[in-house]
Amino acid sequence: MEKLDGNVLAGHLADVLGWDATGADARCMHCGKHGAVALAVVYASAMGTVARCAHCDSVLAVFVDGDHGRTWFGMPGIAALEMTR
Amino acid sequence: MSSRRPAAWHVATVVDSRPETPTARRIELDVPTWPGNDAGSHLDVRLTAPDGYQATRSYSIASAGDGTHVVLAVDELPDGEVSPFLVHDLRAGDQLELHGPLGAFFVWSPPAPGDIPPPVQLIAGGSGVVPLYAMAAAHAASSDAAEFRLLYSVRTPEDVFFREELTALAAGTPALPVDFVYTRRAPAGWPAAPARITGDLLDAATLPAASEPLVYVCGPTPFVEVVAGWLIDAGHEPGNVRTERFGGS
Repeated sequence: MEKLDGNVLAGHLADVLGWDATGADARCMHCGKHGAVALAVVYASAMGTVARCAHCDSVLAVFVDGDHGRTWFGMPGIAALEMTR
Repeated sequence: MSSRRPAAWHVATVVDSRPETPTARRIELDVPTWPGNDAGSHLDVRLTAPDGYQATRSYSIASAGDGTHVVLAVDELPDGEVSPFLVHDLRAGDQLELHGPLGAFFVWSPPAPGDIPPPVQLIAGGSGVVPLYAMAAAHAASSDAAEFRLLYSVRTPEDVFFREELTALAAGTPALPVDFVYTRRAPAGWPAAPARITGDLLDAATLPAASEPLVYVCGPTPFVEVVAGWLIDAGHEPGNVRTERFGGS
């Protein structure tokens, strides 16, 4: 399992959200701390990608690529994500 | 924070591939639909096997600005799934599927008119120099007069990426001071024995925290974590330290 950081989520996020959220601020639902998505701790394997809080290690978001172009995307640990219109 | 250069999937054609170091190649791509990219951004390369299996990996972009010519410098990771193909098998004329430009955090843009730009310290471990070289080159091509400095930790002199380009930037106006740390073998006559970077060396060869530089650190995950920790201990604002880690496949 590779230990990376949230910069590597840029492509996934652009695919599922339609925009690159790596520079956006995210708040952890578990510990309440916040920071740029790029600062998250990311573990990547052939099975999928898991982003964890850099402060409390809770799971922030999960991406699992299925076949036929499907992606399973969850944000179980993000209480709020900064959006700029 | 939507990008003014939205990410999309593109088909690139390889226009040139040549050795960059004994383990890496510089790959130049023509991407007709490319919207340009900020310095420091990356792209995802997606390879598809005949049976439909796909593997995607992120690579930093060594070029920046408008235009459809995109330069990568890819280091081979022997156990990797994608980099050995890019280094050994890819030839001029081949096509690649790629997604980009990507990255809204680990990027440098010239300051807007009227802004007072901060000095910038770049710190590279190995092939982590690629996005930092893009930043230094973009800075040199801009009218930004802020101080830039590069600290580059590398195994041996032959492993230096963009050697000629960095030499030219170091001799340019304004000059980019480049400090090398050789971890396995130093050039003949080098004043220090090969060794990993230390906190003392970091203090001596980087802009001081008191000058409030923006610091970009890119390298393998352990390198980035150690260096970022030393920077915070030395008094740098955590918000001014931008990091990008890469792994081993």
